[in-house]
Amino acid sequence: MSNILVNAPKTAKRGDVVEIKALIMHPMETGFRPGPNGRIIPRNIIERFTATWNGAEIFAMDMSPAIAANPFVSFFARANDSGTVVLRWTGDEGFAAEHRVDIAVE
Amino acid sequence: MTRQFLVIGLGLVFATSYAVAQVGSQSGADKRRSGYQDMSEALQKMQDDDTANPGMLFVQLGGQLWAKAAGVSNKSCADCHGVDATTMKGTATRYPAIPQGGDRPVDLEGRINLCRMEHQKAEPLPPENRDLLALAAFVAHQSRGLPIAPPDDPRLEAFRAQGAEIYRRRQGQLNLSCAICHDDNAGKKLAGIAIPEAHPTGYPIYRLEWQALGSLKRRLRNCLVGIRAAAWPLDSPEYTALELYLMERAKGLKLETPAVRP
Repeated sequence: MSNILVNAPKTAKRGDVVEIKALIMHPMETGFRPGPNGRIIPRNIIERFTATWNGAEIFAMDMSPAIAANPFVSFFARANDSGTVVLRWTGDEGFAAEHRVDIAVE
Repeated sequence: MTRQFLVIGLGLVFATSYAVAQVGSQSGADKRRSGYQDMSEALQKMQDDDTANPGMLFVQLGGQLWAKAAGVSNKSCADCHGVDATTMKGTATRYPAIPQGGDRPVDLEGRINLCRMEHQKAEPLPPENRDLLALAAFVAHQSRGLPIAPPDDPRLEAFRAQGAEIYRRRQGQLNLSCAICHDDNAGKKLAGIAIPEAHPTGYPIYRLEWQALGSLKRRLRNCLVGIRAAAWPLDSPEYTALELYLMERAKGLKLETPAVRP
């Protein structure tokens, strides 16, 4: 299970632009660093982060080895309908994490 | 009309400067500054926002470990101390302390490991282990906002004096003591970075340079390497002695765990 912290408003006015902030625990191992035994530690990063609002993609980004551990992502979206925002992180070594937030639009 | 505004304006200026002077004189009583006050505004905001502070990820993890059974006795921390951990409020402000039946002080991580060995009958976690730091952060987080209050155990005096001695002792190839930077030159810059007053107000801290949570021990080792001294092994009593002295020195400052530092 992944440790995730998400900051999103519970309610929004229709047409408002809301900010969604997401933080996830992940080592973001670059694949360039030698370990204590002198061998390169294999790359282990989050490759892609996506956000959907009621199933429609509202934000997506590809991550690179240059991004620090425990990446923090903040993005904006227009609140049109009440619904569920699903945040998804996928990456190396079969990493997959998901977090859902419900936003009520009135 | 303009004149009236001018009078009101002058009044406002006077009132503001008076208020500033008041605040100034209050802080004059205690000039100590937490490293928080010397950080950039962006970092202060990062620490203050519980969903942007990466240390909170470890507090969350610590909470999960708190409720997880471990060891031969198959007990969790929550089984003895309660699920919501309110019993841990204020605990971190008192450490390092001498545990019951012990003769030397242990820090918070050491206390957690004692609990693991005595009550959970589990293996102690190695120093700087992620789970150990997460548990320490979870426990210390319960004391966030409380003033640091070292215990008045007379047995601690000798260890504290040892810590004070280490703090003032010159060491390393650069022949510097902790006091030369953190007492005599605190607030000035070293290689472009502000020298803090070295108050351990937010440990375990999330240091951006480390991209991870780390203990005070790790931070002290950083400084030792910086002055090109040989860092003591991780289980050395010197760290606890130094921490005892630093906590006494920071007595009354508010705990910020998990703090963010550059």
